Amino acid sequence: MIETQDLCKSFNDFLAVDRVNLGVPAGRVMALLGPNGAGKTTTVRMLTSVLLPSRGWARVAGYDVVRQANQVRAAVGVLTEQHGLYGRMPADEYLEFFGRVYGMQTRARHLRANELLEQFGLTDDRKRRIGEYSKGMRQKLALARALFHNPPVLLLDEPTSAMDPQSARLVRDSIHTLRSANRTVVICTHNLAEAEELADQIAIIRRGRIIASGTVEELKQRLLGDPEFEVRLAVQVEGQVDLLPSLVIPTTCGPDWLRYRTTDPYSANPAVIQALVARGLPVIQLAQVPRSLEKVYLQAVSASVEAEVNHAD
Amino acid sequence: MRTKFYPVWIIMQREIRDQLRDWRIIVPIVILTLFFPFLMNFTANQVLDFVEQYGANLLAERFIPFLLMIVGFFPISISLVIALESFAGETERHSIEPLLASPLSDLQLYMGKLLASLVPPVVASYLGVLIYMIGIYRTTSWRPEPSFLILVLVLTFVQALVMVSGAVVVSTQTTSVRAANLLASFIVVPMALLIQGESVIMLWADYDVLWWAVLGQAVLSGLLVRIGVTHFNREELLGREIDILNLRWMWKIFKTEFVGESNTPLEWFTREIPKVLRRLLIPAVMMVIMLVVGAYLGASQVEKLGLPAATFNLDKLQSLDDSILEQFRKIGFFSIGNVATIWLHNLRAAAIAWFLGTFTFAIAGVLVLMLPLTLIGFLAGVAGLSGINPLLFIAAFTLPHGLLEIPAIVLTGAAILQVGASFVTPARGKTIGEVWLRATADWIKVTLVLVIPFFLGAAVLEVFITPRFALLLLGGG
Repeated sequence: MIETQDLCKSFNDFLAVDRVNLGVPAGRVMALLGPNGAGKTTTVRMLTSVLLPSRGWARVAGYDVVRQANQVRAAVGVLTEQHGLYGRMPADEYLEFFGRVYGMQTRARHLRANELLEQFGLTDDRKRRIGEYSKGMRQKLALARALFHNPPVLLLDEPTSAMDPQSARLVRDSIHTLRSANRTVVICTHNLAEAEELADQIAIIRRGRIIASGTVEELKQRLLGDPEFEVRLAVQVEGQVDLLPSLVIPTTCGPDWLRYRTTDPYSANPAVIQALVARGLPVIQLAQVPRSLEKVYLQAVSASVEAEVNHAD
Repeated sequence: MRTKFYPVWIIMQREIRDQLRDWRIIVPIVILTLFFPFLMNFTANQVLDFVEQYGANLLAERFIPFLLMIVGFFPISISLVIALESFAGETERHSIEPLLASPLSDLQLYMGKLLASLVPPVVASYLGVLIYMIGIYRTTSWRPEPSFLILVLVLTFVQALVMVSGAVVVSTQTTSVRAANLLASFIVVPMALLIQGESVIMLWADYDVLWWAVLGQAVLSGLLVRIGVTHFNREELLGREIDILNLRWMWKIFKTEFVGESNTPLEWFTREIPKVLRRLLIPAVMMVIMLVVGAYLGASQVEKLGLPAATFNLDKLQSLDDSILEQFRKIGFFSIGNVATIWLHNLRAAAIAWFLGTFTFAIAGVLVLMLPLTLIGFLAGVAGLSGINPLLFIAAFTLPHGLLEIPAIVLTGAAILQVGASFVTPARGKTIGEVWLRATADWIKVTLVLVIPFFLGAAVLEVFITPRFALLLLGGG
């Protein structure tokens, strides 16, 4: 549904996006992560045919972003970083306007407006001027606008950034629903927990280049190494990492716990329990040490910075 | 057709509705539409009463129609503010991006905003004209001739169109309302001068001239709309580059265009200059036509003005002999200094033509270059009255140096035409600045390699050969 090949964008002498390759099939959610100014918004703008690529190509919903720009724009729903709403317009008129711009019929517009205003809890405020809306309400309305024409592809920049937890949950649920409805969704976010929850695949971009991409698990494996496990015991074993069998790699330990890594938890973990029990050490719990996407992200970015420094030297 | 224009209507409708929700737009329009015509009625009556005391009824007759034009103009001045805000305001408030990401074409978006800026002020203006006419009819029984009323309405419309189309161009080339307002002086100052000129003509009651003003403004607004649509660039509206005068980038673009693909001066001369000349072929043909038209216009003025044969005493040319050359020598005419003076004068004229051409779609630049040929045509016409063959006269005074000077004028004029045309010619992915730099690079290339040497050669011929040649062909000695 979204496919790019060596996508580049330069502004005068500045290379904002550098050989970006992405592939997001229908029914998948991709999170595009990266520091501020990394090239996320520029990439999204190229995918909406608002910016022309300097090199490379991109196809969105089957259309070429350069040659079939209008078809691309019709097939994409965009939530922009700055929501850009018309402050003097009531919400229902705003949606109605965009419905007309996207060529929707009167009845379809009416039904869709009711549905989305209801879904985002804005029905009671539909006649109020948008300028009077709170930040969160504006964001919900902007999202409703992006979804209004039922596009097969959605590009959402910070979809929950200004929302209270309840509204953010509502939006995340909506994204899950969109995935189930076979929509292709790309979200740009700094909320890594949200990305981890929503995304089937992750792409981390820095200085215009994709520095890491794959599923969350793939990235964790690649950037953080083998999974780490922690075994908790009912007795004190201060520092005795040699209690662990040799097929695992001990990492750290505490008064009543030991940590290790293994490439093959299916065979290693039962063996660890067996070995500890055989030594008369009662095992209370064995669990994988949680590894957040944040760690993956920080690792990817710092590795990229390091590589850059080495290259400069 | 409907599907093509319906989105224009949607954009226009939204914009107008938005304007009508803004009291800062409504209040001035209402004041200028309703209150201002009453004020003008009052003013007209006061002036009528005053001039009647002195029997200056002519002034009164001219003053009422003049105020009709002014009443029409004031509400449309609002259109400038609305149009300047159209793109720059939306860009500033970030509401432009959802529109740019929608399936609206550039033309639809552009025309929707242009019409939205145009329609309310023009409607308000016509309403003001109506109110003024009703008021003045009630107090003085004055009614405009239908043809005059049409002239005022059309004039008002084209004035609004020029302002709006110019302001929308400015608005698309800036990313903030402040920057747009600063650039608006390029519209306000010429419009102020135009209105003053039109006012004088209106008081003069030379309404045919005003119809020419209508035509001129219609052409100008057409060109401005064309520029706007041609250079409407979604990327630039979202970027910040257009707010920055990046001299380094400008120099880079200019250098790239100037040097082209050549690596050595010889390569540049043998490859780039022929390329430029090929690009200038059509403008050069147009320039030749313009010069011929200029010469013809000059010659035709002699008959039109009905000048008597002895106006310039050109018949005396036929009685000149070699002694005139001696007189020339005595005053130091045959000197290198004179060559330099003529050469620099021609170069200055070419530079002025380029400068004026840059701001006027080449029109003023070409007019500057047509002027010498128009004068020659005029003098040839006068010579004809004195019994001298006009072609012989032209040959005597222009042929020797004209062999170099006229091609130089044609080349520089062609390059200036290209500069003017670059504004209204689509260049995908290129900004106005880029196309202008490219056209200017061409002008400089042609000037350096051909125009400067041609003018120098022409100046040498003009000083040392032309007087002798003229004497040979026309003199009697």
